[in-house]
Amino acid sequence: MEIAIPQPVERENYLNKEYGVWSWLLTTDHKRIALLYLVSITFFFFIGGFFALLIRLELLTPAGDLVQADTYNKLFTMHGMVMVFFFLIPSIPAVLGNFLVPMMIGAKDLAFPRINLLSWYLYIIGGVFMLHCMLTGGVDTGWTFYAPFSTNFSNTKIVEAGIGIFIAGFSSILTGLNFVVTIHRMRAPGMTWSRLPLFIWAHYATSIIQLLGTPVIAVTIVLVACERALHLGIFDPKLGGDPVLFQHLFWFYSHPAVYIMILPSMGVVTEIIACFSRKRIFGYSFVAFSSIAIAVFGFLVWAHHMFVAGISVYSALVFSFLSYAVALPSAIKVFNWTATLYKGSIRYDAPMLYAFGFLGLFTIGGLTGLFLAALGINVHVTDTYFVVAHFHYIMVGGAVMGYLGGMHFWWPKISGKLYPEGWARLAALIVFIGFNLTFFPQFVLGYLGMPRRYYDYSHMPEFQVLNVLSTAGATVLGVGYLLPMVYFLWSMRYGKPASDNPWNAAGLEWKTTSPPPTFNFDEEPVVTWEAYNYEELDAPPHTQEVPVAR
Amino acid sequence: MPDSTLVGLHHEEEHHPELLHHFATEEQQRDASSLGMWVFLATEVMFFGGLFCAYLIYRRLYFGDFGAASKSIDATLGATNTAVLICSSLTVVLAVWAAQTARRTLLLTMLAVTMLLGCVFLGIKAVEYKDKFEEHHVPGASFSFNNVPIPGHPGEYANPRHAQIFFSLYFVMTGLHALHMIIGLGIFSWLLYAAWKGRFTPEYHTPIEIGGLYWHFVDIIWIYLFPLLYLIDRHP
Repeated sequence: MEIAIPQPVERENYLNKEYGVWSWLLTTDHKRIALLYLVSITFFFFIGGFFALLIRLELLTPAGDLVQADTYNKLFTMHGMVMVFFFLIPSIPAVLGNFLVPMMIGAKDLAFPRINLLSWYLYIIGGVFMLHCMLTGGVDTGWTFYAPFSTNFSNTKIVEAGIGIFIAGFSSILTGLNFVVTIHRMRAPGMTWSRLPLFIWAHYATSIIQLLGTPVIAVTIVLVACERALHLGIFDPKLGGDPVLFQHLFWFYSHPAVYIMILPSMGVVTEIIACFSRKRIFGYSFVAFSSIAIAVFGFLVWAHHMFVAGISVYSALVFSFLSYAVALPSAIKVFNWTATLYKGSIRYDAPMLYAFGFLGLFTIGGLTGLFLAALGINVHVTDTYFVVAHFHYIMVGGAVMGYLGGMHFWWPKISGKLYPEGWARLAALIVFIGFNLTFFPQFVLGYLGMPRRYYDYSHMPEFQVLNVLSTAGATVLGVGYLLPMVYFLWSMRYGKPASDNPWNAAGLEWKTTSPPPTFNFDEEPVVTWEAYNYEELDAPPHTQEVPVAR
Repeated sequence: MPDSTLVGLHHEEEHHPELLHHFATEEQQRDASSLGMWVFLATEVMFFGGLFCAYLIYRRLYFGDFGAASKSIDATLGATNTAVLICSSLTVVLAVWAAQTARRTLLLTMLAVTMLLGCVFLGIKAVEYKDKFEEHHVPGASFSFNNVPIPGHPGEYANPRHAQIFFSLYFVMTGLHALHMIIGLGIFSWLLYAAWKGRFTPEYHTPIEIGGLYWHFVDIIWIYLFPLLYLIDRHP
């Protein structure tokens, strides 16, 4: 085990190479762009979280006494839009992916560094539209902006929010494009496809979805804007249009978008589990190809959001079946992670606690997804809190747990400092407890029949107890999310310097310095080992002297 | 670990001036750029794909109305534009060949001719839009499409609302296509400028190749739009 020795003269790295605002705003270094993204998505995360807080406060009592109905509609809409398009979708790919993809494959940068910077600017421009839309009244349609309500009736700022999402969408496309080309063309000598870390496979699959899904929602937004401006009739049943077509186009992107959120998180968890159980991932190729399978199946299940929207029974049956099919690759992953843990030398550091949290919460979220894929149960619980709880287990319990786990795991590499381990474990625990307290009662509420998007449930006061539990949980969860931000910032100044490889982890990103130099490696790495070679890393020192080539 | 003063020595060896620092070889840079454009074109297929999907659904739902509406567009102008674009694809290929074989004059001519053909296309498109505007076929408040017979069904008339959906799709699809043409003209003006400055050599002409790929793609979209919008009901 290495011991961190503070170096007398600070080595040149990507953080101290240049100073000043322009050295950040005009940087083409993928690591700096990742930090730009980190700051911006954290900003949007707290805005979205603020809306969530107001929603939970309103539901503390059955009567609608905190905000008015219209305001409540805007709250849950803006919460959804901000969290989905401006936090969850860019979260892991644009921050951790941006930082790690080139390093993990031994490249100096992404293939198109300037396009990478452009994607951040597009994100910011989209975000400015969204902020302006929020400050001048917001949108009240729900984040799904279903036609014809969004096209003909709602008189809120839909076009403006649409433009924001359209532009941010192109940012997401460009990130995906950069990853695909980088993974294909920029791998270091010896870094074959079967030696790639599974984080890379997960990001490759994510990029495919970003590339093939996002353009469809972009063109859907164009149609909604034209429809609002000119009343074309494409989605207006009064003029011969079909509102269900809108739902098809919308969910063709927005269902796979869930996999844009969860796949990178799965990649993070794979890295963490291998490192903290000191074992090669069980069934490497199954885990790799299950990512691709999720991306492919993910495109074929969108209509399970529309079982009660008037689609034919036959297509509902097919989509129900395909939705079950997508559970297979997800289950392959969970079983392989569990098999990796089996007989591993498990350490309970903070990243691993988040990974365990992910395992449990994702499994619950995934299994309740099967309830919803079943036609009969789906009709019973459609538009209830059961659905809300289900997708929060995936998108918050899954994606955000993975994101936080990854932030802790790679924080020493990103900042060159160690975070306080005790506080981090406490935060992981608080997040896990707060999350379950917030969302588990919502499964029960939904199953008992509480509809989503109601601001006033005074005709069913028996639901108050569970809602109070949920609001209490949200408060705990909020503390759990604030804590890491505080101690990460604290550690940047006061944290102990991190060694190059504090976890003794496998992977090329740990073979360079912490923080890395601008071009990542002082010499181009040549890969002669398989991914996750923890058995070799942990072998007694005298056998470690000889490099093991296969 | 090398001392930090040694960093920087790596860049001393000679390499092509267009090779960016993060690529190892020119070949890697060329492959990456070219793959990047292909991947981008895949996203463009999906972008137009949503519209093609909507078109096919309504074409099937409102078969006769779409036929009648399609018949009101001038197929001769559309066919001329198709020919113009096919010619421009040829000139793009010739431009790439000229860059590969270091024929500077031919390269400049072909880039200029391509841009000229692009402008001709947009001009003809503008005439078509003007005709539609005068005939009140632009969707919106002043839209009218009354008493237009459905081809092949004597005595039946097209439903103006369903025809309006056809024209909506017509304008959105050809409008987005025209927007892509305008972006293409922007790319080609930059290529023309760079070629004028003598930036392209047989060793380095990737921008011409990937700019050409984009141009061909925009042409191909038109090759699909033309029959779907102009030719679906042309029998007498």
